[in-house]
Amino acid sequence: MAYSFPEEVLEYVFAFLSSDKDRNAVSLVCKSWYEIERWCRRRIFIGNCYAVSPQIVIRRFPEVSAVKIKGKPHFADFNLVPEGWGAYLYPWISAMARSYPWLEEIKLKRMVVTDESLELISKSFKNFKVLVLSSCEGFTTDGLASIAANCRNLRELDLKESEVEDLSGHWLSHFPDNFTSLVSLNMSCLGSEVSFSALERLVSRCPNLKTLRLNRAVPIEKLPSLLRRAPQLVEFGTGAYSAEIRTDIFSNLVEAFSGCKHLKSLSGFWDVVPAYLPAMYNVCSRITSLNLSYATVQSPDLVELISQCPNLKCLWVLDYIEDAGLKALSSYCKDLQELRVFPSDPYGAEPNVSLTEQGLVTVSAGCPKLQSVLYFCRQMSNAALIAIARNRPNLIRFRLCIIEPQAPDYLTLEPLDTGFGAIVEHCKQLRRLSLSGLLTDRVFEYIGTHAKKLEMLSIAFAGDSDLGLHYVLSGCESLRKLEIRDCPFGDKALLANAAKLETMRSLWMSSCSVSYGACKLLGQKMPRLNVEVIDERGPPDSRPETCPVEKLYVYRTVAGPRVDKPDFVWTMDEDAALRLS
Amino acid sequence: MENSSSSSIVSTESEKNSVLNLKETELRLGLPGSDFLEKKAGTGISLFGKDLKDEGNNGFSQIPLKNLVSGAKRVFSDAIDGSGKWGFSMKGGSEVDLGNGGSENNNTLQSCLAGPSGKEIGNPNPAKPVEDKKNENNSTAPASKAQVVGWPPIRSFRKNTLATNLSKNNVVEGKSGLGCVYVKVSMDGAPYLRKIDLKTYCSYAELSSALEKMFSCFTIGQYAPHGLPGQEHLRENCLKDLLHGSEYVLTYEDKDSDWMLVGDVPWEMFTDSCKRLRIMKGSDATGLAPRAMQKCKSQS
Repeated sequence: MAYSFPEEVLEYVFAFLSSDKDRNAVSLVCKSWYEIERWCRRRIFIGNCYAVSPQIVIRRFPEVSAVKIKGKPHFADFNLVPEGWGAYLYPWISAMARSYPWLEEIKLKRMVVTDESLELISKSFKNFKVLVLSSCEGFTTDGLASIAANCRNLRELDLKESEVEDLSGHWLSHFPDNFTSLVSLNMSCLGSEVSFSALERLVSRCPNLKTLRLNRAVPIEKLPSLLRRAPQLVEFGTGAYSAEIRTDIFSNLVEAFSGCKHLKSLSGFWDVVPAYLPAMYNVCSRITSLNLSYATVQSPDLVELISQCPNLKCLWVLDYIEDAGLKALSSYCKDLQELRVFPSDPYGAEPNVSLTEQGLVTVSAGCPKLQSVLYFCRQMSNAALIAIARNRPNLIRFRLCIIEPQAPDYLTLEPLDTGFGAIVEHCKQLRRLSLSGLLTDRVFEYIGTHAKKLEMLSIAFAGDSDLGLHYVLSGCESLRKLEIRDCPFGDKALLANAAKLETMRSLWMSSCSVSYGACKLLGQKMPRLNVEVIDERGPPDSRPETCPVEKLYVYRTVAGPRVDKPDFVWTMDEDAALRLS
Repeated sequence: MENSSSSSIVSTESEKNSVLNLKETELRLGLPGSDFLEKKAGTGISLFGKDLKDEGNNGFSQIPLKNLVSGAKRVFSDAIDGSGKWGFSMKGGSEVDLGNGGSENNNTLQSCLAGPSGKEIGNPNPAKPVEDKKNENNSTAPASKAQVVGWPPIRSFRKNTLATNLSKNNVVEGKSGLGCVYVKVSMDGAPYLRKIDLKTYCSYAELSSALEKMFSCFTIGQYAPHGLPGQEHLRENCLKDLLHGSEYVLTYEDKDSDWMLVGDVPWEMFTDSCKRLRIMKGSDATGLAPRAMQKCKSQS
């Protein structure tokens, strides 16, 4: 202590620490470092809004300028979490409005945001700059109007795939005439038409606008007018990319795109008329990110476009690209890092396109930097998975969705255990894995043995017994998030690995075989976990204790059982947990 | 004595009735009132309108009624009968394949699902080893896919865009080609909304039953706060209140943003045009009927 630096010096040094991990480590060194660090932490990340309370956060970190909060479990994206479950933003905003008057940034994922919250944000934080609402819901365009009208220094408004009740496009017109600070606007998830002249004027008067993602309602003929007003754009999302084929529209587009010398990312492309794709060719050589996942365009047109983009790093596309298109991709785009292939007709009984496991194998062979994969397909083989694993040991994210649940290796009819086993064995840096197809407990043995860096694992319709779950919980040292649906995993593995759950952010199990009795026991054993049973059939104690619960969500928390539960959620051993918190 | 929640109050007659009445309760085009005399009143309580025999002179058509308080049992029995909605293997293989503890746990599951009318429902397919599953995968090719909730894992925004794309391009491979249609369902007085996939139901009867199950907790809740002792006694009273007191009516917002009564148009037309659903008090729903009829006439 005699030789310690003055606080100001330490604070100055800590300012260089941006990672939460580093800051957390620093705060554990000694009490005075804890104190100094907490006063100078500006950015907070809350991975589970129920793991902590607004009061606890504010008490520890009194001077925060940026918060990022995540709410519902990931499976909420697929309608597995009933409406009304929770993740309300309002309590956070009302607490922060009082304590963080200089808050600048709010980034949210899977939270329920109301117009009231948005209005409170717009009026409470004088220097508010960044609002990102990713997969959120609960608000209308009226809430957006408040933000537009009141946030004088707004830089970023990103509605990334949120579910917005679209009352009208008028909200955009609420940006005042002297508002010029916009840097990024993403309204691609909205349905209504905004006033185009208001949009034009907004774009004209914001010289720092770098990202503009329009919604489907903006017609292709109007794009040149916007592009001409914002030649500095780096990221651009079109609206519906279709019109009757006219040379004047085409040449206007060509000219407008050519003027944008800094464009790196393109998206949008609803309702594409292929004849208009070449209008972009002039900018393609600089393009690093292309989202064509709404573009219902056939493979040859896709290939023509992609062949113009040698610097492509990220491609999202529909399975219309087919194996042939992926082969072309692998030869033209050697810098490719991320590939996502979405299904164009996931509910059809028969395949509608010629996209198989072969496409992915080819890309894995041809693109040496490929690290992130999301791939929907209808057939897979162990041989293909093994090839992919051997080709690309640098994979970090591998999410495979074979559309038919429990589909076996289509060549051998065996489970895909060895294939996925190869993935985890070869790809030692793998952080995220989603499984599909026919899988036995064996695959989990491989995962537990090899996937030591794995942080997030998604399992569906897989496994034979509790052993599978046990392998994962006991073997995956870095596991933070585990989500499971429709697997025969039950009480034994869960209870045997109860302590593991405190080292993880959360565990989701739905349509499995975990009994109510086991949930109660888990709640009793682990007071620092919230063990939440979600069951729409009514109170679990109206059924036998051996009866499996519909859904189970377990997460660590320092905030005790939550107080905003709907009537289909029960916290196990709530009283005991309350006594402790 | 069954110590069950509201959703598990089942009478065996009601099960039989609902199975028998399924055909009768299918919607057909026609003036309201013309079908009513043909239908039997369901036993038990209706959330949506009174028993049919009262409805002769009412202006609007009610959704064909079947027994309401069938709750969870009905949904599970549907699934176990092979419609695949339960979420396990759609091909009927190992629904609850529990490895070594298989049969024991199966029985437990069954007893949870069955309740008092266990015998009526029948057994779920017994756990099958992997080999059987493989054979099944080879031999059966389902004509139309039964849809599992949340599978394949695609977000709503993308799903809805897909559905629009497919209908625009006329690439419709049977009903299953159009994927899912998620609509929000709100109920006057309920604290939160629900979301349902209309494509998982084949008829108004199924939809009605599912909604009643989902929202019965709210109507009960209005009279009996969650967790009160003596809940069952209160429940009895609430149900009687529902019979004579406020009745609920199911309405929907269509593509033209008009609010219509559910039940006037053929099922397919309804699922194509329904944007959201609202369960409103019957007293608020007067005035909807004339528009609905005019619209129907102008469309037909």
